[in-house]
Amino acid sequence: MTNTLLSETLSSTLTLGAADVSFPVLTALIVVPFLGALVIALLPGGDRVELTKQAAVIASVITGALSFWVLWEFNMADDGFQFTESANWVEGFGISWSMGIDGISLFLVVLTGLLFPLAILACDPGHDPKPYYAWILILEAGVMGVFLTLDLFFFFVFFEIVLVPMYFLIGKWGHGNRQYAATKFFLYTMAGSALMLVGILATAFLTASATGNDVTFNLVELAEGQALAQNTARWIFLSFALAFSVKVPLFPVHTWLPDAHTEAPTAGSVILAGVMLKLGTYGFLRFGLYLFPEASVYFAPFMLTLGVIGIIYGAIAATMQKDLKRLVAYSSIAHLGFIVLGTFSLNVEGIEGGLLQMVNHGVSTGALFLLVGMIYERRHTRMIAELSGLQKAAPVMAGVFTVVMLSSIGLPGLNGFVGEFLTLIGAFNAHRWWAIVAAGGVILAALYLLWAFQRVFHGPAEGENLEMPDLKLTEGLVLAPLLFLIVFMGIYPKPVIERMEPAVEALVDHIEDSVPRFREPIANQRTVDDAESHSEDDHGEEDDHGEEDNHSEEGGEE
Amino acid sequence: MIIQTLLAQQAPVEAIDTPAIDWAILAPLLIMSVGGILMLTFASILKTLSSSVWSIAATMISLATAITVIPLWMRVTDTENSATSTLANAVAFDGFSLFLTVVIALSVALSAMLADGYLKREGLEGPELYVLLMMSAAGGIIMAFANDLIVLFIGLEILSIAVYVLAAMHTRKLESQEAGIKYFVLGAFSSAFFLYGIAMIYGATGSTNLIDIKNFLAATVLDDDALLLAGFALMLVGLAFKVAAVPFHFWTPDVYQGAPSPVVAYMASAVKAAGFAAIIRVFVLTFEQYRTDWQPVVYVLAILSLLVGSFLAIVQTDVKRMLAYSSISHAGFILVGVQAATERGVAAVLFYLAVYSFMVIGSFGVLTVAGGTGDNAHSLDDYKGLSKRSPLLAFALMIFLFSQAGIPLTTGFFAKFGVISAAIDARSFWLAVVAMISAVVGAYLYLRVIVTMFFAEDDDSEEDGADGEATTAEPIDIPLGAGIAIAVCVLVTVVFGVWPGPIDDLAREAIPRLVAESAAVLQIGN
Repeated sequence: MTNTLLSETLSSTLTLGAADVSFPVLTALIVVPFLGALVIALLPGGDRVELTKQAAVIASVITGALSFWVLWEFNMADDGFQFTESANWVEGFGISWSMGIDGISLFLVVLTGLLFPLAILACDPGHDPKPYYAWILILEAGVMGVFLTLDLFFFFVFFEIVLVPMYFLIGKWGHGNRQYAATKFFLYTMAGSALMLVGILATAFLTASATGNDVTFNLVELAEGQALAQNTARWIFLSFALAFSVKVPLFPVHTWLPDAHTEAPTAGSVILAGVMLKLGTYGFLRFGLYLFPEASVYFAPFMLTLGVIGIIYGAIAATMQKDLKRLVAYSSIAHLGFIVLGTFSLNVEGIEGGLLQMVNHGVSTGALFLLVGMIYERRHTRMIAELSGLQKAAPVMAGVFTVVMLSSIGLPGLNGFVGEFLTLIGAFNAHRWWAIVAAGGVILAALYLLWAFQRVFHGPAEGENLEMPDLKLTEGLVLAPLLFLIVFMGIYPKPVIERMEPAVEALVDHIEDSVPRFREPIANQRTVDDAESHSEDDHGEEDDHGEEDNHSEEGGEE
Repeated sequence: MIIQTLLAQQAPVEAIDTPAIDWAILAPLLIMSVGGILMLTFASILKTLSSSVWSIAATMISLATAITVIPLWMRVTDTENSATSTLANAVAFDGFSLFLTVVIALSVALSAMLADGYLKREGLEGPELYVLLMMSAAGGIIMAFANDLIVLFIGLEILSIAVYVLAAMHTRKLESQEAGIKYFVLGAFSSAFFLYGIAMIYGATGSTNLIDIKNFLAATVLDDDALLLAGFALMLVGLAFKVAAVPFHFWTPDVYQGAPSPVVAYMASAVKAAGFAAIIRVFVLTFEQYRTDWQPVVYVLAILSLLVGSFLAIVQTDVKRMLAYSSISHAGFILVGVQAATERGVAAVLFYLAVYSFMVIGSFGVLTVAGGTGDNAHSLDDYKGLSKRSPLLAFALMIFLFSQAGIPLTTGFFAKFGVISAAIDARSFWLAVVAMISAVVGAYLYLRVIVTMFFAEDDDSEEDGADGEATTAEPIDIPLGAGIAIAVCVLVTVVFGVWPGPIDDLAREAIPRLVAESAAVLQIGN
């Protein structure tokens, strides 16, 4: 019954979309899960687990299907925002409901659309199913909102609103010290983004008074206008950067992450690692580089350093962990460090690599958390010391774990390699030494993951470890799409990259246009063309030496 | 025949020149105050009536007051310069006074609904509380309309004296008596300060009428403005006391904790609104020219209120006390909007007052119901597992607390957004930063309550499921009136949280103006 309903809804949605181009598909991506949550909240009978779960699955699958439809209809030659929508919301403040998607947000939206149904299918809450599924769907609506909105006000709204469902998911359905973890998560992130609100308002109001126009929160207008004074923009960038750094999380403000990841229920960890951390890295791209190009260039060495520290620190900390889930959590810090490294390389390769890594990390770490959750369900422990020789009892699981782990390490042929490789090329062109240190992180990743794998799956199996059941069919089906993506994107990443590339190139051009002395740091043989194409600028030759040299001598440019 | 002759004889005698009265403008005030007096009269005749009748009557009268405002609002927003004054310029007629009248009237209506179940539970049935509520609200409306410092003072006293009695309304509860006395003694002090301030301003400017004062200050350069500034300071003390701004907040926690919860709901909403009405009309509007003198003081009051309110709130263990401190920090947020001293700031303050009324009445509404007989069960431990005993109440309180914390999609977020954007528009960046930091600190407080309500009892009951829990927890009866009031507050908080445009538009149109009867418009920026 569920399936027929589902397919009907799907087909009607698809025909609707095809017939009417102006169907507000991006709004639907936010509204559908939200409505799903409402329906679940209003469903009768709190204890009928199946019904609520079906409703949650339907809502999230429709959302997923819509996101794939967007992927299908996406025009890969266009470097601007597509499927745009705009409606006034509060005119007095110049706030509008503007939505748009480009190559940068496209795959994050698709990733969100994919991971949520999987997380819902894979894990059962154990108790209070109604609020659990309702919160997950609200979370999905919020995450979609962050990726889709082109209005600073709504960006902040969605960025904040995702805290609430996640707070309840961790606090109510988590493990162990969950109240502590939930409160820490909430306060950390809220404290980070508190100053961002001041930054957003300052951007809007100072731009308005500089240009003499009405106040607007429209991202594109603000970013293309670039009306802020240099020093002001740098301060405001810092307020944004703090919010994103907490969310990513970067090194000194990362301490909420291991707690939150470890205590969260499996679905929570999958979503947290898979998409929520990307809110920070996506924020850096969209609201850091795009909105404050000069400040991004100015602070790039600093951000790169934090990224590299994150890579090394996360890897070393992961090696030390006794808890399998905590290990994966620390590995996330390392991976996210790579993404920041790529982003702040400020060249096409680096940013593309970072973007790819966002998707890859979502897929592989999502799968890793699912697997760890499955082990925990069977063995009721996540302690590496108590697990041993699982391979004998569960060979299929061990095989899947191997593939996912190798993808996370970045083995050539799997998805992680492509992203890391591009990131390192980008970073190498921009800042050689940072890239060299970061490459060490790849080796460390191999160390902690292989070592963990060895301790958990190899070795002598005793007691409960011998009787652990292997993957069930349903679990396998949940993991299958992720495995497919891991292999597919490893062998043939072109469809993904070619959709990202126009938007990333446009972003880099935007930075070059907005920052007088900045040239995209690229490898030597392309320098000449690039210098020619930007001959109006006087500092075309200073490509490879890194921006920090330029900025040390830089005065008031604007 | 004789009368006619008498009248004819009197004609040459010069009549006393009484001011023209525009009765329509006074209609909201008259409905509220006459309604209260009539209720008192009827109550002495009809002693056997059920207490609910008085609750319903008070609600209806308050709603009637709010509805009367609608045609007046049409009139005042009809054309650009419809704002005017009446009663020899003593009463202002502008969007600002009408907006706050509605806020005060709705606060009374909601508090009266809450009070019904409370009075029955505590065995205090009777019309007194409602009469006092309406009297006090009449004082608040006078403050909103006041165009003259003396009228303002009369409004303030009518408002306050009724509230002193209301705070001591629970006759069998010692804390309530203590709250009443404490509020009265300190309140009388602050009124004295306020009156002294009025005297000084009269001394400096030669008038108590705000229009005359503003005209005088615009036309005259004071050689020595010490008297004027001293007047500012003393008036600000009096008003800061009413709105519970630090360092004039010391009464707040004790009074909020001891006073009956429905009364606290009224105090936190309507009394605050009336206090800010006076602050805006007197300082932002009349003394606009002297803003560089009073703005720094408000700046400091705002920062102190924000920080003291939020930091002291998190160490409390009594939920009513927590909310008392949080109301102090909300006063700080509203002062952030006042400090901007711009039209944007005033609109943000009005928006804040309107939506804060609903969330704070809702919060204290839940506390009224959850407090149990005696209104005593307000320690954090008493709220453990409220989500099991009464999911609806817990859900409502969660909405109100998230709203007070400023989480998006609730009105509280847009309220904070408004005042902070006003601060940034006025280039008070550091104030905005402090406000946001205190918002985060405050969030911890609200999370503490939410954790207690939703997660606390999971620890024991997680393994054996909800069945064992359901038997031990006593479900809470929600009286009809309180239920409706809380539901209305939830709806307002969520609906206008998602779609704040309408209230924002109204707040923008409700610009305070000082207009003499048929005279030039004086407004912010002139």
